Amino acid sequence: MSNKDDRPDMKRREFIGKTVLAAGAASVAPGVLLTVAKAGGESRGVSSDVRYGLLIDTNKCADDCTACVDACNRENGIDLVERPKGQSDDDWNAQRPQWIRKVQLKDKQTGEITNLPMMCQHCEFPPCVDVCPTGASFKRADGIVMVDRHTCIGCRYCMMACPYKARSFIHQNVAQQLVNAPRGKGCVESCNLCVHRIDAGDMTTACQEACEKDGHQAIVFGDLKDPDSKLAKLLKTKSSRQIRADLELNTGVRYTNV
Amino acid sequence: MKKTHYSELWCSSPRFWGGLTFLAFIILLGLGATYYMEHQGHWVTGMSNQVVWGLPHVFAIFMIVAASGALNVASIGSVFGGPMYKPLGRFSALLAIGLLAGGLMVLVLDLGRPDRLVVAMTTFNLKSIFTWNILLYTGFFVIVGLYIWTMIDRKVNKYYQVTGYLAFFWRLVLTTGTGSIFGFLVAREAYDAAILAPMFIIMSFSFGLAFFIITLISAYWWAGRTLGELRLAKLKHLLGVFVGAVLYFSMVYHLTNLYITQHHGVERFILLDGGVYSLMFWLGHVLIGSIIPLFLIYSPAFASSRFAIGAASVLVLMGGFLQLYVIVIGGQAFPMNMFPGKEVVTSEFLDGVVASYIPTTAEGLLGIAGIAVAMTMVAVGSRMLKVLPENLEDPKDLEHA
Repeated sequence: MSNKDDRPDMKRREFIGKTVLAAGAASVAPGVLLTVAKAGGESRGVSSDVRYGLLIDTNKCADDCTACVDACNRENGIDLVERPKGQSDDDWNAQRPQWIRKVQLKDKQTGEITNLPMMCQHCEFPPCVDVCPTGASFKRADGIVMVDRHTCIGCRYCMMACPYKARSFIHQNVAQQLVNAPRGKGCVESCNLCVHRIDAGDMTTACQEACEKDGHQAIVFGDLKDPDSKLAKLLKTKSSRQIRADLELNTGVRYTNV
Repeated sequence: MKKTHYSELWCSSPRFWGGLTFLAFIILLGLGATYYMEHQGHWVTGMSNQVVWGLPHVFAIFMIVAASGALNVASIGSVFGGPMYKPLGRFSALLAIGLLAGGLMVLVLDLGRPDRLVVAMTTFNLKSIFTWNILLYTGFFVIVGLYIWTMIDRKVNKYYQVTGYLAFFWRLVLTTGTGSIFGFLVAREAYDAAILAPMFIIMSFSFGLAFFIITLISAYWWAGRTLGELRLAKLKHLLGVFVGAVLYFSMVYHLTNLYITQHHGVERFILLDGGVYSLMFWLGHVLIGSIIPLFLIYSPAFASSRFAIGAASVLVLMGGFLQLYVIVIGGQAFPMNMFPGKEVVTSEFLDGVVASYIPTTAEGLLGIAGIAVAMTMVAVGSRMLKVLPENLEDPKDLEHA
């Protein structure tokens, strides 16, 4: 403050005024920048003209094959999740993340055996999205259901709501992870149909690729809305079903011969 | 009737500070346990991808449910015009705020990312019942805070009635919201029942009143003030009605499920061969939490026994806690029936088998710390504010009571 000036208060007011302005700008600017950045992302974002999904032919799913599970673990860095020291086998099995799992079923009446992989079913009306308090669990326009790991608070309500037990909570510290599958202790995650591949223009998921490579061809990935896609054609000709169809969630993953 | 005089709880300092130190110690233990769980990650708890909500949630839901019920005494005073209950209104509202704060603390500290609480407070998905609950809990604090204000400050006393009605309405919606957290879960067979919402309301009446009776007796003993027999007897009989009602709702819930073939599996699990869960249901909820308290309340042998009233309240709380444990944990332990008509031969993710959950000490410490937070708030509040009548002797003109 200058002593020569007879209106020191004005200087001070000006100073305070500018400080408030600067502070205001400093707090608003990141928000604006973020909005702009986000707007840029959305402009080339996904379209609801497509809906991605899978068809799984359980007849082709082999007994002891875990190719899809292994491929998913590699693709999404799940194999990098280390087992905490001192964790028992049972706890590790119950607490480690799993995006896809092999299940073998036996019909109670006929004894018929069925093998199938279970993962997020990418519902049209996903209960996990309904219950998420922050909107971290969301469905993209192209039908992929996934978790925004920036806004997930780890409440696990989505895991309570999912009828397919498709979600995993990260129970331990994460030392290594892949760029395409960010992972953090205390957040929930699940199969996202290898969204990083789709966004890069690739039309295959790690599980489908592995299943095909092993010669089983039990998994078909594609666009449910494109009548010319292999997936849509197969669904039209083969009788398929949704798991827990009674819930009317209109799943994006369908099964034949269950 | 004589005018009621309220004064701050003013007991001898060593007793008051000793009590607070004890509570602070329990809270510190709980915070230490939280640090351990959050630093290590949830693998050090009994929770897993199968049983995702554990003991902390049982504590949290128990306290949140009890909080809205604790407000009932105030509501009876203002909404239903019970003169015997009116002097207890301030304390009832204080207890309600304390219990809710304790419960919410436990809930928040068990999040995977408690540091992101601000996200939950600023980003809303209005279709989520959790979001409604965040709004309902915040509203409860504000409304019950105002309610206490209208009871204490004569200048705003003219708003007492309207705030009382608002608080009563709000608490009903709040418990409906808490019950609906489970009621709307279509995926799991033990939940997905609309009756859970009213059942949670009646549970809140019962647990809240039991909490109220225990804290009221303790506070008057602590301060060496008089508490009339008749007033306690009124509270006791009300508790009896609520305990009976909880048992009735529980029965309707299970009988309904037993009628539905699809739910026979889960009913068999809870009622018959669920091991610890069946034991908790019959021994905990039915015997300890309902039948013994009802006997203590209605048996002429204990008609004027203050100990019996206290014991009945403690048993109601224990039974209620175990009832919630069966609902929350038992409901998750029972495998989801994803493939009707099929039996799961193998699964890498424990499909088709009863999930195991063994709570750890850390989870228990966090839960108990929540109760300590509630009690600390009640103790400090009673010492700072005029919430407790100096004297709760029975009124002379009983016929008007």
